[in-house]
Amino acid sequence: MSSVPALPAFRPAGVLGAARKYLRIFRVSLVERLAYRADFLLGTVLRFLPLVTSVLLWSAVYRGSGNDTIEGYTCRQVIAYLLLVHVSRMFSSMPGLASGIAREIREGTVKRYLVQPLDLQAHLLAYRAAHKVAYIVTSVLPYAILFWLMRGYFEWPGEPMVWGAWLASLLLGFLLGYLMEFALGLLGFWFLEISSFLYLVNTVSFFLSGHLMPLDLFGGRMAMFLKELPFQYLAYFPASVILGRESTESMVRGLLVECGWCLAFFVVGRIALRFGLRRFSAFGG
Amino acid sequence: MPVPSASRSGFAIEASHLCRTYRVGQKKAGLLASLRGLWKGETRTVEAVRDVSFQIGHGEMVAFLGPNGAGKTTTLKMLAGLVYPTSGTARVLGYTPWEREDSFRRQFSLVMGQKNQLWWDLPAADSFELHREIYSLDRARFDRTLGELVELFGVEKLTRQPVRELSLGERMKMELIASLLHEPGVLLLDEPTIGLDVVAQSTIQRCLREYNQRKGATIILTSHYMRDVEALCSRVLMIVQGALQYDGQLSGLLDRFGRKKLVRLQFEGAVPVGLDRFGECKITGPVAELNLEKSRVAQTLSAVVDMPGLVDLSVQDPPLEDVVAMAFGSGATQP
Repeated sequence: MSSVPALPAFRPAGVLGAARKYLRIFRVSLVERLAYRADFLLGTVLRFLPLVTSVLLWSAVYRGSGNDTIEGYTCRQVIAYLLLVHVSRMFSSMPGLASGIAREIREGTVKRYLVQPLDLQAHLLAYRAAHKVAYIVTSVLPYAILFWLMRGYFEWPGEPMVWGAWLASLLLGFLLGYLMEFALGLLGFWFLEISSFLYLVNTVSFFLSGHLMPLDLFGGRMAMFLKELPFQYLAYFPASVILGRESTESMVRGLLVECGWCLAFFVVGRIALRFGLRRFSAFGG
Repeated sequence: MPVPSASRSGFAIEASHLCRTYRVGQKKAGLLASLRGLWKGETRTVEAVRDVSFQIGHGEMVAFLGPNGAGKTTTLKMLAGLVYPTSGTARVLGYTPWEREDSFRRQFSLVMGQKNQLWWDLPAADSFELHREIYSLDRARFDRTLGELVELFGVEKLTRQPVRELSLGERMKMELIASLLHEPGVLLLDEPTIGLDVVAQSTIQRCLREYNQRKGATIILTSHYMRDVEALCSRVLMIVQGALQYDGQLSGLLDRFGRKKLVRLQFEGAVPVGLDRFGECKITGPVAELNLEKSRVAQTLSAVVDMPGLVDLSVQDPPLEDVVAMAFGSGATQP
């Protein structure tokens, strides 16, 4: 043989190249995810069942208390809130992300991210985004029917800015949910089994994010404290925005702080990934 | 150590004094010991790879031989950049593998077991598309390479079928196609034919040989199938207990460790008694097989050739597996 094997022709790299790469991964993931559309649909419908109990429960709470409002919420507003929290969680929940990363680490399949020119954080983000799009598309119709049936509970805001802020808070909620869960999953580099820990975090997050009830109902200082944590952006904040409970100033401030949390968890994820992969290589790949 | 036949200046792969030690947990049996281990874990140091050096020229096909746990896979992992060495250096295509530069990662492939790169529920064609993006491959070139590989492996009809519905052999072919799409100059294969039937094995052997010839790619493989090694690699590196025990031609390994020959005698009727005076003798029907030291073969042949009823006689090398097993066991010393 007389010459060194020629390198394959590559497209120009850089940010644009990387964006195209992960966009393509998004598209292929979407095709894969749509194979499970029936499962998504069933999942959505099953999620409605606990709502019935919530409506009955909160109606009883308000009847029993004898008050029309609790911490500024009427019974109708609490029920509207609980419905809207479902929309928040539709964006921010990441079922199986952290446990999936931990499994890949334990089983060693994470090695492909060391061997191939592929970044774990960006790749899983593209995959998750596809997952969410498939899920949201298949859920639109059942949710539309549900909201129409329960239309009496809502007073929708008129200002387009509120709708815009809601949309932004949902999208940022997706990003924050992803980055938090991603960082959690990387704990698998240091611990053999993290499923109990993940269960604990999910349970705590369920309360702290306002999934169960509006954070304001925790009252006074507790509510103020909970609104300083990143968890509220996963459920409470978007719902509060579209319910018209946030002033323009607190909406803008909330979105900016949320961006800050995203950045913080992005950095935590990068650092943990770097050290985790180093540890993985040191322990034998 | 024999100097490899590098076809031009510079080697594709150079390893120099690679060492890798692991610390492994030690736990005595029993509940009490388990509880004690909770706060005071004992560890033991294992030398997985000890001072391994070699050079491999561009376009060479080399096999790593060795018993399980000998350090073959660890060495392969170091060359792929998956594992840091404890000491020593390595260069693969001029790169230090464990620095994992993207430009290096675009030029090699590691195939280690299955379910590495293929999406289980999607047809392989979708995974290949994804591969094109991961490696940022030019469309025209990708299409041409994919076409060639699909034809080479004979899987034209299978690329649109979900991977989970493929047989083990078909999946392995898809896995190999995926690993070759970016036309790697270095290919590292850990047990590429494990669990496959003879037909699939020989297809994969043929394809790897063809790829090696067409692209001038350097290939290292580990395998327990001597058939793979015989078919593909003229050069073998034998690693036993973490150390390089032999580096050279496969035939040299036979000369070195194949100290015996198999003399096969076929008789017209029953095998006459007393053949065991020549050495270890196995009789099956009218056939006797004598396992002899090489030095005694000539003498024995002259003694048996006139035996009554002898219809056929042959002298063979013992099976490669046996030679290799003997070499593993002997803890052979490096010349």
